[in-house]
Amino acid sequence: MKKIVSGWGTFMAALREIFDEAAYSRFLGRAGVASSSEAYAAFRREFEEVKVRRPKCC
Amino acid sequence: MNKTLAILGWGAVAVAGALAVGTIAVHRGEPINALWLVVAAACCYALGYRFYSKFIAVKILALDGLRATPAERLENGRDFLVTNKWVVFGHHFAAIAGPGPLVGPVLAAQFGYLPGMMWVLAGAVFAGCVQDFVILLFSVRRDGKSLTEMAKDEIGRVGGFVAYVAVISILIILLGVAALIVVNALKASPWGTFTIAMTMPIALLMGVYLRRIRPGKVLEVSALGFVLVLAAIWGGQYVSQNAALARVFTFSAPTLAILIIVYGFAASALPVWLLLAPRDYLSTFVKLGTIALLAVGIVVLHPTLHMPALTRFVDGTGPVFAGKVFPFAFITIACGAISGFHALISSGTTPKLIARETETRMVGYGAMMAESAVAVMAIIAACVMQPGIYFAINSPAGIVGQAPAAAAATISSWGFPVTAADMQALAHAVGEQTLYNRTGGAPAFAVGMAHIFSHSLGGETLMALWYHFAIMFEALFILTILDAGTRVARFMVQDALGHIYKPLGRTSWYPSILGTSALIVAAWGYFLWQGVKDPLGGINSLWPLFGIANQLLATVALCVATTIIIKMHRARYAAVTLVPLAWLVAVTFTASWYKMFDANPRVGFLAQARTLAAGPATGATARLIFNNRLDAAVTGALVVMVLLVLVESGRQWWGILSGTREAPVKESPFVRTRLVEEQG
Repeated sequence: MKKIVSGWGTFMAALREIFDEAAYSRFLGRAGVASSSEAYAAFRREFEEVKVRRPKCC
Repeated sequence: MNKTLAILGWGAVAVAGALAVGTIAVHRGEPINALWLVVAAACCYALGYRFYSKFIAVKILALDGLRATPAERLENGRDFLVTNKWVVFGHHFAAIAGPGPLVGPVLAAQFGYLPGMMWVLAGAVFAGCVQDFVILLFSVRRDGKSLTEMAKDEIGRVGGFVAYVAVISILIILLGVAALIVVNALKASPWGTFTIAMTMPIALLMGVYLRRIRPGKVLEVSALGFVLVLAAIWGGQYVSQNAALARVFTFSAPTLAILIIVYGFAASALPVWLLLAPRDYLSTFVKLGTIALLAVGIVVLHPTLHMPALTRFVDGTGPVFAGKVFPFAFITIACGAISGFHALISSGTTPKLIARETETRMVGYGAMMAESAVAVMAIIAACVMQPGIYFAINSPAGIVGQAPAAAAATISSWGFPVTAADMQALAHAVGEQTLYNRTGGAPAFAVGMAHIFSHSLGGETLMALWYHFAIMFEALFILTILDAGTRVARFMVQDALGHIYKPLGRTSWYPSILGTSALIVAAWGYFLWQGVKDPLGGINSLWPLFGIANQLLATVALCVATTIIIKMHRARYAAVTLVPLAWLVAVTFTASWYKMFDANPRVGFLAQARTLAAGPATGATARLIFNNRLDAAVTGALVVMVLLVLVESGRQWWGILSGTREAPVKESPFVRTRLVEEQG
């Protein structure tokens, strides 16, 4: 049971990383602000430069 | 006791794998079950991972769990970040899994399932996984440097330059081919076009939701978007059945090409948060979900493969694309076996997330195995169809003719019986007007996928919905590649132009954004237009060109890897990268020679130009002649550049091995990790 819970946690963590939710959480932590429309806009501005340079394969 | 059990267990895996591979290889005449392919793949991957990747990890790379990675040393909370290995695995797999492993194997199925299957297994275990693994580790040991930077450092300026040009070329050709696949999937298909058109307002809604309603809740909004996309697929059925609405969403190939070119330019030049980022999330969500669903569907249904192991087209006369099984099967299937493009991702985001060197094995080698498994699923999806249907869908009108009866008669005369009535019934079942001449691989894959899904869930009545779900899935993430790829290429060009005139390098300066976006879109748009106007369907010339460019990039990556291995004083193990390198050189150089100089006009670009020149001169002919000469020149230029890298690498290797050249390893200095102490 413990293994299933841990596996599910890792699976969700992978999804949160793939879908940039984890990056947003780190941004909030680093900036010391709560989630809001403005915070998300600031995150996107900062994050876009890194994100758009990521290659995606064929 | 444990050791005895392990030996027995791995022995059983080896026996099962040998039996499955043997069955696939020698079985002739009767159809075989797809589960043989699944078992062969599972056993080969398990053995390759357990033994071959461990050998590489221990003997050549000497992975060191105590050495701090750049994620730890340079952690900044943005791109450098210590991350759980399974999370990195998922992240890496999501980045390398694109349309390539789906489309390539479908096209190569014209040779039968055997060549593609063998190449996917052997290519992945001995070449693709090795390339991804070693490049990832070498990048980790060099602070996450990119392939082009490593090529410059280890081989010299020529290496860096060629890698750069190869990357740009591949991107442009890839984007042209990807757009052509979408055009061929959506032309004269109001249902498919409506569904894809609806993804735009859905993405806009997701963008607003993310920004205003629930900031940052990407998984939640992606699930919501997915439900809306399913509703759009459902709605597409009504659009296709309503004459007035169907007319609005029915486009010819040239019109669709223009729409996609305009979309590509807008995608590259406009701010991305509202439309493109949500589309990217939606596409990833659909991609991961569909791949998982397809795997389950294949195991549940375990369908019979109707395509023979080998077809008569191994002789090079295939209708899908011309060229013999060697070398063309090996450049047609790239991503499922080895893809140079993966080296960019292994030296891009991923090395900056790896917590420990030892994890590069699972992420680099393991994720490529998963990618290869996707290619196996694509082979199965293509081969479950009756071969006559497969060829009717994938053959261009220039080969089989426009009229259904004539096309069916031509295909039947090849020994693959199909009737116009069969095709009409299939088109009706999937909600299309016709399925003839739908080149590009996507519609054939969609039919195969719909067959698997409808037989394991929902029955025949859902065939049309599953078909359009598959088309939406392919078109959605090909379009995502299109806008992401255009932006990546734009940044690369801006970086280069910035050395000439500084403002051109500023990614926020609008004249530069517009100019470089136009340049990139014009380049891939040219190839797209060429494909749309090609009487042989475009795929015949463009997919091999893409395959050659992609495998040439893998050649550069393996040159870099071999050079570093030799510099690490592991020359006696250099065969691990040298053998795949030699194979790729043989494949790509032979394919390039055929594509440039073969006397058959369906194969050789120059022969086709000569044939066209000998016929009546029209404006269209003059353009086709120019296109063929351009394709030959592009192929020749790529080969010459890679030859330069090979020569330069060879000089390095010779100098190091003969002791006339110093071999400094340009790794970051060893720093002991703190993660071990922290974890106790």
